[in-house]
Amino acid sequence: MTASTSAPAGRTPLARRRALRAPAASRSNALPAGAWWLWALGLATAASRTTNPLLLGLLVGVAGYVVAARRTDAPWARSYGAFIRIGLFVVAVRLVFSVFLGSPIPGTHTVFTLPEVPLPDWAKGVRLGGRVTAEQLVFALYDGAKLATLLICIGAANSLANPARLLKSLPGALYEAGVAVVVAMTFAPNMVADVMRLRTARRLRGRPTGGIKAVLQIGLPVLEGALERSVAVAASMDARGYGRTAQVPPAVRRTTNVLTLGGLLGVCAGTYGLLAAQGAVYGVPVLIAGLVAAMAGLRLGGARSVRTRYRPDRWGVRAWLVAGSGVAVAVAMIWAGGAYGEALHPGVVPLTAPVLPLWPAAAVLIGLLPAVVAPVPPPVGTPANAAPVGAAPVGAAPVGAAPVGAAPVGAPNSKEIQ
Amino acid sequence: MIRFEQVSVRYEGAERPTLSGVDLTVPEGELVLLVGPSGVGKSTLLGAVSGLVPHFTGGTLSGRVTVDGRDTRTHKPRELADLVGTVGQDPLSHFVTDTVEDELAYGMESLGLAPDVMRRRVEETLDLLGLAELRDRPIATLSGGQQQRVAIGSVLTPHPKVLVLDEPTSALDPAAAEDVLAVLQRLVHDLGTTVLMAEHRLERVVQYADRVVLLPSPGAAPVMGAPADIMAVSPVRPPVVALGRLAGWEPLPLSVRDARRRAADLRERLASVQPPAPEPLTAPPLAPVAPSPVRRGVLDRLLGRGARTAAEPEPAADATARVERLGVRRGRVEALRRVTLTVAPGETVALMGRNGAGKSTLLATLVGMVEPTSGTVLVGGRTPHRTQPREMVRRVGLVPQEPRDLLYADSVAAECAAADSDAGAAPGSCRALVSELLPDVPDDTHPRDLSEGQRLALALAVVLTARPPLLLLDEPTRGLDYAAKARLVTVLGGLAARGHAIVLATHDVELAAELAHRVVILADGEVVADGETRQVVVSSPAFAPQTSKILAPQKWLTVAQVRAALGDPS
Repeated sequence: MTASTSAPAGRTPLARRRALRAPAASRSNALPAGAWWLWALGLATAASRTTNPLLLGLLVGVAGYVVAARRTDAPWARSYGAFIRIGLFVVAVRLVFSVFLGSPIPGTHTVFTLPEVPLPDWAKGVRLGGRVTAEQLVFALYDGAKLATLLICIGAANSLANPARLLKSLPGALYEAGVAVVVAMTFAPNMVADVMRLRTARRLRGRPTGGIKAVLQIGLPVLEGALERSVAVAASMDARGYGRTAQVPPAVRRTTNVLTLGGLLGVCAGTYGLLAAQGAVYGVPVLIAGLVAAMAGLRLGGARSVRTRYRPDRWGVRAWLVAGSGVAVAVAMIWAGGAYGEALHPGVVPLTAPVLPLWPAAAVLIGLLPAVVAPVPPPVGTPANAAPVGAAPVGAAPVGAAPVGAAPVGAPNSKEIQ
Repeated sequence: MIRFEQVSVRYEGAERPTLSGVDLTVPEGELVLLVGPSGVGKSTLLGAVSGLVPHFTGGTLSGRVTVDGRDTRTHKPRELADLVGTVGQDPLSHFVTDTVEDELAYGMESLGLAPDVMRRRVEETLDLLGLAELRDRPIATLSGGQQQRVAIGSVLTPHPKVLVLDEPTSALDPAAAEDVLAVLQRLVHDLGTTVLMAEHRLERVVQYADRVVLLPSPGAAPVMGAPADIMAVSPVRPPVVALGRLAGWEPLPLSVRDARRRAADLRERLASVQPPAPEPLTAPPLAPVAPSPVRRGVLDRLLGRGARTAAEPEPAADATARVERLGVRRGRVEALRRVTLTVAPGETVALMGRNGAGKSTLLATLVGMVEPTSGTVLVGGRTPHRTQPREMVRRVGLVPQEPRDLLYADSVAAECAAADSDAGAAPGSCRALVSELLPDVPDDTHPRDLSEGQRLALALAVVLTARPPLLLLDEPTRGLDYAAKARLVTVLGGLAARGHAIVLATHDVELAAELAHRVVILADGEVVADGETRQVVVSSPAFAPQTSKILAPQKWLTVAQVRAALGDPS
C-alpha cells in the first residue's frame, strides 16, 4: 500500500485503487467521534421521518452492517447489543399498552376482545381492556418500530465512537467539565463490577444472592466503594495537574464573565422572543447576538486553561464522507417526505401492505458508505488486541537518547506477562 | 531534593499524631525505601511529599515539607504536578482516561506541553516501559503488572524530578515485580530521578535501595541510613537479612548474591543436617458442623424452598476436594484446561503462577461461583455450583483477595452475629474465633477502621465460623507486614494441624515455602508443576524463596528451619 505513495505522477491504476482502499485503523487515522455521531444522527433523523417498516428495517440493517464491519472490541463497542434489546423492549411495551389501554385508531378488523373493566364516569376517555383491532396493533407496531430504530441508530454511534473522545472535542473552557463527565461515566461500569463482587461475597457467606433484602444489604457497601473510588481518582487527578490555570489579566477575566453571562441571557431572551407571539421581530437577531457573545466568552475562557491536546482527531476526507453520508440520508428522506409521502407513512385505516419506495430506499443505502471508507479496525483477537505480551524492558537505553521505535524494548522475551 | 523539617501530621479526630518529629532530607537521584510495620504512617509521609496530605486528605500538618525548594504549604498538589509523580497502592484508581496512550499523555496535557513534545515523550515512555504493544488497549483489559507499569509511565511523561510510589509491587507476580523494579532502577541510574517508595515485600526491593528510612512505630521519629545498618535494627526484615543476622554476618547482606558469597561456612555447618522432611498427614478429616434447623421465610414456605436440601444425606469422601480434567471457558478464552488436583484433609497447597494464570478461577470453581465447562469438581462430595450457598459454606470457605468484600456490617460484633446465623453455628462461635485471632479488637470497631492484617483475620474468622473442611485464600499476604504475615502463618499452620485442608493462591514465595506441603504451578490455565514444595520451588528461579537460593543445593526453605537445625533457641 505504501509503494504507491512514493511513486511519482505515473501511477498504475492498480496502485491508485490500492491507495483508495480503506486503511487499517490506527490512532493516526482514527475518525473523529463527531463524524460517527453525525452519521448516526443522520440515520436517526431519517428514521424519524417514516413509519414504513420496510424502510425502518433497512435503516436498522444499514446501521447494523456498518457496526459489524467497523467496530473494535473495546468495552464501549459492545453496547450495540444492549441498544437492540432496548429497541425490542420499546416495541413490546408499545404493543402491550395498545392492547390494554385501547387506541384512538378506528378499526374494523377485530383480532380478539379482552374483558373491559368498567370505569366510573369521571374517567371518561380512559379504557381498560375491550376490543383489540388489527389496525391499532399495526399502528402501535409502526410507532414502536420508529422509536426503536432511533435508539438503535444512537447505539450504533455509541459503539463505533469512543464517548470519551467525543467529550474531548469540547472547547478548552469546557474541557475540565468534560473530564469530570468522563470520570463520572466510568462510575457506572465500576458500580456494576462492585455489585458482582459483593454478590459473590454474599454467596461466599452462604446467603442467597437474589431478593430485595440482598439488594438492600449490597446497596450501601456498593455506594461506599464507589464513593471511595471517586475520591481516589480525584486525588490522582489533582496530583497530576488537573485544574491548573494560567494567570489571566483581570480585564480579560471580567470580559469573559460579561460575554458569557450576557450571551446566555441573550439566548434566553431570543428564544422567548421566537416562541412568544409578539416578539418575532427581535427574536432572531437577539438569539444570534447572544450565541455569538457566548461563543466569544467560551473562547476567551479557554485562555485561562493551560491545557494542550494530545493527538486530537483530524477531520480528513474519510471523516467528511462518513458524516456526509449520514447527512445525505437525512436530507433525502426529508425531501422524500413530500414526493413519496404516502409510501413513507403506509396507511393503517384501511390496512394496506407497506411498499418499499425505490428512491428513498436507494437513498438509505448511502448510509452504508462508512463500511467502505472508514479505516478497518484489526479483527478481534489479533496480536494488537489480545496477545499475551512479553514486554519486559530489556537492555538499558537512556530515555533521552532513545530513538523512537528503535529502543531495545519489547524484544522477544520468554517471560510472558498476561 | 525532598526536605522534611519537624513535620508532624494529625488527622481530625485522631488521638495522637500519625507522624511526628519527622526531620529528613532525601538527596537528589537516590532510591529511598520507606519501611516499617503497618499503620506507622508510611502512606501519610508519602502523601506529604506530593502535597495530597494535607491539601486533599485534610488533617493538620505542622513543620515544613519542601520539594526542590517548593513548599507544599503554599503549593497545591496540582502545582507540584510537574515536579512530583505519585502512584498510589491501587493503580486502577489512578487512571483518568481509558486507553494506554491517552493515559500517558494526560499529565502532560494538564501541564500544557507542546503537542510535538508530548508525542515524542509518549513514544519514549512506551519504549522505556515496554508498553508499545499495548498502546491502543483499553486500560481495563490489562493485567495487574501491565496496569502498574502504565501508572508509573503516566507520571513519568511530565519528567518529574521526584517519583513517589506506595507499594508498587505488592499485587504483582515475581516476574512482573522484577520488571517494575528494573524500570525504577533505570530511572534512578539513567535519568537521576529521585525515587521514594514504601514497600512491604522487602525481599524484592531492599537490594536496590540507596538508603532506607525506617518508621519504627506510630508517631516515632524516622531513622535514615544505609540499608545494611537500618536492616540490622529494623523490626521488619526480609529472609536474607534474617538469615544474615542468624549467622552473624557483618555487614548484613541485602541480596541473595551477597549472602551466597558468605554462606560457604553456613552450608558447611548445615551439611551434616538433613532439612526436615515434611510431616506425614495424619490429621483426621473434619466433619462439617451439623446444620441447625433453618427458619424459613414465608415466601420460602409458599414456594416450598429450603426443605429439600436439609434432607440430603452427607456423602462420604476420602479427599476434601477432587478436581478432575477441569476446563473453564470465558467467552473464547480457556481460563483453565484439563486441571487435575486432589487436596487431602490437613494438607496445605500453594497455587502459584503469574497474574492471569487461572489461580483465582480455580478457587472460584471450588466454591461454585464458576461453572466448569468440562470435567468434574467435587468438594466434600458435592458439586459446588449445583449446591445451595447455605450448604456450601459448611464445606468450603474462601477469603477473597480483598477481605473487605466479605465484610458488610458496621461493627465487628454485628459481623460476628451475622456470620453465626449464616453458618447456622451456635451464637458466639465467630466472636470466639475473632478473639483468638485478634486478641484486642473491641466489639464496636468498624471493619473499615481495621488494618489490612486485622481485616484479613476478621474475614478468616467469619469464614471459619462454619468450620469448612476446605479453606481457600486468595492472595492473603497482599499489604501485610512481616509481623502480620508471621501471625497468619501460625494461624494457618494450626488450622492445618486440626485437619483443615488449605489452598492458597499466592505470589509470595516466602509464604508458600513456610506453609505449603505442596506447590502447584499454573501457567495459561494448565498445571505445569505439582509436587512437594521443596521439589518444586528449589529448582525454580522465580519461585524459590531466598533461603533456598542462598543455601542451594541444600534444600532449606525457611530461616526457621535453619534456626532449628543450628539449635539456636531464639
